[in-house]
Amino acid sequence: MQKDRLAALFFIVFVCFGALNLWASDNKEKGNTPEDRKTEVSAYVKHHNLDTHDFGLFSYTDDQGAHHSVGFPLPVILWSDGLHVFSSSALHHGETVVASNGKFFKLDTHTYKIYETDAEGTFKYDDQHHVTNVAPLDFSITKSVFMIMVVSVLLFLIFSSLAKSYAENKSIPKGVGRFFEPIVLYIRDDIAIPNIGEEKYQKYMPYLLTVFFFIWFLNLFGLTPLGINVTGNIAVTTALAIITFLLTNLTGTKDYWKHIFDPLGHGMPWAAKIPLYIILIPIEVLGIFIKPFSLLIRLYANMQAGHIVLGSLIGLIYIFQNWIAGPLGFGLSFAISLIELLVALLQAYIFTMLSALYFGFASESHDHAVEHDGEVQHL
Amino acid sequence: MEKLLGEFSVGLFFWQTLLFIALVLLLKKFAWKPILNAVNEREQGIKDALDSAQKAKEEMANLQADNEKLLKEARAERDAMLKEARDIKNKMISDAKDEAKVEADKMVAQAQAAIESEKKAAIADLKNQVATLSLNIAEKVVKQNLATDDKQQELVKSLLEES
Repeated sequence: MQKDRLAALFFIVFVCFGALNLWASDNKEKGNTPEDRKTEVSAYVKHHNLDTHDFGLFSYTDDQGAHHSVGFPLPVILWSDGLHVFSSSALHHGETVVASNGKFFKLDTHTYKIYETDAEGTFKYDDQHHVTNVAPLDFSITKSVFMIMVVSVLLFLIFSSLAKSYAENKSIPKGVGRFFEPIVLYIRDDIAIPNIGEEKYQKYMPYLLTVFFFIWFLNLFGLTPLGINVTGNIAVTTALAIITFLLTNLTGTKDYWKHIFDPLGHGMPWAAKIPLYIILIPIEVLGIFIKPFSLLIRLYANMQAGHIVLGSLIGLIYIFQNWIAGPLGFGLSFAISLIELLVALLQAYIFTMLSALYFGFASESHDHAVEHDGEVQHL
Repeated sequence: MEKLLGEFSVGLFFWQTLLFIALVLLLKKFAWKPILNAVNEREQGIKDALDSAQKAKEEMANLQADNEKLLKEARAERDAMLKEARDIKNKMISDAKDEAKVEADKMVAQAQAAIESEKKAAIADLKNQVATLSLNIAEKVVKQNLATDDKQQELVKSLLEES
């Protein structure tokens, strides 16, 4: 059984590598002064953090000084007065114009976005050097989308096999389940139940568990040298935060909305409340949006910053190219990698924890008020 | 902010939302529900097992207490029976003693009475014999012509020897 799985894994890896394409970009003569290297490293780190249309594994410069990138292409799906589908290998890293269904597309190598161009592939720029060409709606399977798919499949395999092992072994986990079960239980017992409450936590569990493992796994993949930066991408964190926002507000109880639109409760006459509410209600309503917004910015900024810091520290080695900067850059980036390993878990935990907290606000009921009444009677 | 908006990719947002929601739904059906159910079941099972163990322990204690009680009762009963038996024995002994004493006293009294009457009879008999003897002697003395002293003396002597 174990061997079969291993064989299947090797098969997948070989198929992926079989699909590798080798591209050689033109022979750019690059200067070798530290200044040139600095701009090169800066561009490289920036590129590394951007979403790309192909999956680059590594790149090298051969004896003739030609730059080669090794990786595999991914499908490009564009919508511009009709569907345009082609392999990203056709883009040749922005060197060639792709003709599809009577339209021409070219990759801008600064932003790594595809724009509509004329047959020659000319870009028009405004005064701030922004491309002014029409951008088609880009639904390509980019590197990030590809990694989301990989992680989704991985999560599905791990946890459906854990679920199966329960059925087979009388509720005793086996294999990787032994590692993941305590985490699942931790999310239930120390994140969901204390924040949401014993009665209502169950309906939020699928989301909390999925979002935790999804973010954690993608964060960990981001630490590999493949330049994967999914959780450091604002579109991804926005999507996650919007789901938290919708879940919070769609499952909100009467007490939740009352807390927003009538936060002072019965204890105060309306005449006194109205002037206060002119200030309070906008703040509370703003809070509904600020909470998930803080979620998306926190995750994005933390992951993006981690990638930039790590990339820069490794880049130091190439910029200085001497005996001090080499070990120093290595030591620092190693230390930061260890911290990033912790941050990967921590950010997943924080996102899950805060989502649970917001769900807890949304599902609050008036129990605590009853308790207070009881206390008053006792006094 | 402008840079952030520039970085925002609608396509990635679309795929992320679609794939993530699909992932949540799939995992909910094939992973989280079975896992949480199994874990809950297991926890319930452990709780039940602990409860039943506690119950068994209590039952055991109850049983032991019952046994103790029964034993105590049996012991008390045995003690009571022994005491009764001892009392009966003592009573029987004392009764027998009393009876024997009464009987003995009675026998002694009877014996004494018999001895007394025998004694009386013997004395009466002796008196009669003495009287008869005396009369016989007196008769013989009288018969022998008590002429001389010698003769008298001889007579008395012979009479005495005779008697």
